[in-house]
Amino acid sequence: MDRRENLKLLIAGSIGAGYLLTTGCTPKGEDPKNLKLVFDYGRTEEEKLHDAKLMEETFFTERERKMIDILVDIIIPKDEISCSATEAGVPDFIDFMMRDYPKFQVTMRGGLMWLNARSLDSYNKEFTACSEEERMTIIDRIAFPDQALPEDGQGVAFFNQLRNLTATGFFTSKQGIADLGYVGNRPNEWDGVPEEVLQKHGLSYDARTLEVCLKKEERNMIANWDAEGNLIRS
Amino acid sequence: MAAKVLAEAGYKVALMEAGGDYDPAKEEHRTQMRWPWESPRRGAGTVRPFGDFDAAIGGWDIEGEPYTRKNGTSFDWFRSRMLGGRTNHWGRISLRFGPLDFKRKDQDGMGDNWPVSYDDVKPYYDKVDKLVGVFGSKEGIYNEPDGFFLPPPKPRLHELYVKKGAQKSKVPVIPSRLSVLTRKINNDRGVCFFCAQCNRACQVYADFSSSTCLVKPAMKNGQTDLYTYAMVREVLTDDKGMATGVAYIYKPDMKEYRISAKVVILAASACETARIMLNSKSKYHPNGISNSSGVVGRYLHDSTGADRMAFMPSLLDRDRYNEDGVGGLHVYSPWWLDNKKLDFPRGYHIEYWGGMGMPGYGFGFGMEQNRKLLLDKMGVPAPNGGYGASLKKDIRRIYGAFVGMSGRGESIPQYDNYCEIDPNTVDKYGIPVLRFHYKWTEHEEKQARHMQDTFEEILTNMGGQLMGTKPGADAQYGLAAPGRIIHEVGTTRMGDDPKTSVLNSYGQAHECKNLFVVDGGSFVSQADKNPTWTILALSWRTSDYIVDQIKKLNL
Repeated sequence: MDRRENLKLLIAGSIGAGYLLTTGCTPKGEDPKNLKLVFDYGRTEEEKLHDAKLMEETFFTERERKMIDILVDIIIPKDEISCSATEAGVPDFIDFMMRDYPKFQVTMRGGLMWLNARSLDSYNKEFTACSEEERMTIIDRIAFPDQALPEDGQGVAFFNQLRNLTATGFFTSKQGIADLGYVGNRPNEWDGVPEEVLQKHGLSYDARTLEVCLKKEERNMIANWDAEGNLIRS
Repeated sequence: MAAKVLAEAGYKVALMEAGGDYDPAKEEHRTQMRWPWESPRRGAGTVRPFGDFDAAIGGWDIEGEPYTRKNGTSFDWFRSRMLGGRTNHWGRISLRFGPLDFKRKDQDGMGDNWPVSYDDVKPYYDKVDKLVGVFGSKEGIYNEPDGFFLPPPKPRLHELYVKKGAQKSKVPVIPSRLSVLTRKINNDRGVCFFCAQCNRACQVYADFSSSTCLVKPAMKNGQTDLYTYAMVREVLTDDKGMATGVAYIYKPDMKEYRISAKVVILAASACETARIMLNSKSKYHPNGISNSSGVVGRYLHDSTGADRMAFMPSLLDRDRYNEDGVGGLHVYSPWWLDNKKLDFPRGYHIEYWGGMGMPGYGFGFGMEQNRKLLLDKMGVPAPNGGYGASLKKDIRRIYGAFVGMSGRGESIPQYDNYCEIDPNTVDKYGIPVLRFHYKWTEHEEKQARHMQDTFEEILTNMGGQLMGTKPGADAQYGLAAPGRIIHEVGTTRMGDDPKTSVLNSYGQAHECKNLFVVDGGSFVSQADKNPTWTILALSWRTSDYIVDQIKKLNL
């Protein structure tokens, strides 16, 4: 691909990235105040500006993005419990991380090139043009680090990075957290491990633990102590 | 603390803050109760070092505010530029120093004794407990003094495994002591609702940060004026060497301003306070204010730290329930051995971690080496790496199956571990910056070696499979780099002899009687306890002393 075309795709990509469509392209040199500050989760003004600038760009070209979409769904497919990585928005997250942590970039871009080179070597076509069977033959060479051939080391490093980012992107998405069954991050009254879980593990709370620990019904009662520092329980 | 005590005593206080105002109850500052997907980086630490939702604004490196290091030594300096500083995100571990901790030289001949004893500080620890709130349990351990405790939360599942494993090694495990309100202590602050996010700062003020628990009451009666974005450059003095106020740069307009005061109290954090004092040069104080001894910046010391992690096969395929609890450990191990029988002089405590916490950036990483931990029904390990539905399933299975422990220990303060003014560098405000010189000694290395042995023993006793390799001598037994535990203290230490100390036992500068230091700078030695509770107690004690001295017309 020639450089000019690459550039065009980058610009097109920034609109199509789907992260936040409210973010337009701000020409260089424009007052940063005009950047749309779209994130609001306790950010300082500097942080808002930093993120808004990152959101102005896209890392993957359209061609690369097609590969990423295929690859992340190989790593985390839809199953009986939850959706696939693409449905959970993982490619957008990975694209953002490339911009947020530029050290990822060479391994990622180079790895995609490596993958295409292997596809061309074996099947005389690029990875996206390969059949599913052909793709998996190449992926199997690099997906299992302990079994991979030494000459595929670079591909293994790439796939490890992609596996990490895909897994983390998926399991930190709304769908992934529901899949995992994490049920916290909401007001709670912690009262210890459920009895049936304790039993399963052959564990229990000893009498002293039960005596000194919080009883949930006393949470909202204002604490008082005697002169020796003994909490007055009631 | 000083601002609160003095404002409530009726004095006018100008509170200088180098960062902005901060209040976790305000929606625009709130990072608590956010989901990972609200952050485009899913909470990664690329902007804030402890993650996108951590309350600390600042970090190891702040743009335009450099520091340097000398002779290839290492020291990492964490700064928060915000009201309340690092108390907004800290671990809330609130341990009193014990009687032995104030008099270590008497026991091992190393370092120096404090000029105060536990009995001097105890009444203030008691007051801090009641004012701020701390949970814990009365244990009657001599050097781990009990306080006025709120009830601790019950241990989590992995913490019960820890208890069992540690018992076999005769390591005590007791309820942790954190400044988190498991019960209400007054009507100004809420009660903990168990989201495990104290590091994000609490919107109902159910944990301690100086911004929510001290500055708020200090502002209440109108006696305190808060100056934000005010970067203090130096303490101003008159021709008799007495402090007359401070000069500061107001960050938004980059202009210098001066504010006058009858008493100047420094609480900028140990190193920043030393920096201000060293930069406060005058005819009377040519070496920096109250520094004819040359001790300002010396005896800088941080806690030691090392950790280890294990995989627990018995915690595979866990039943799901809300295990968040308070922000941090529900149990810990206080130091339990006698150093006279060991080859290193000071102790450490152990903190434990694990459980089914909220996934954030990094969750699911490492399957290229961890997947083999999962065995199928025939006992055959899964291949490392991989992809597909089986990978997805294995990540679910492994959730909540890792347990770790961290040792936090006491180091021996050294004259040669110090911060000084770098003669060649200023920050963007034109203020000369600090240059650090810090090396661990064999004492800390031997202590870290002992930690590693203990960690392996407990983790193995718990049925854990150790992760990674045990760090050896070449890696200083996993000893964290100086500064990394963020307990740095000692730079303006107190003592009875003005030749070897900067402050007297009330935190008053030996050579400038209306200058006081109420941060960790005054520490003679940092016990294996986290410093916050002692900083608060000593600060209150100093504030009472200031009120008393003003009344006696000595100030």
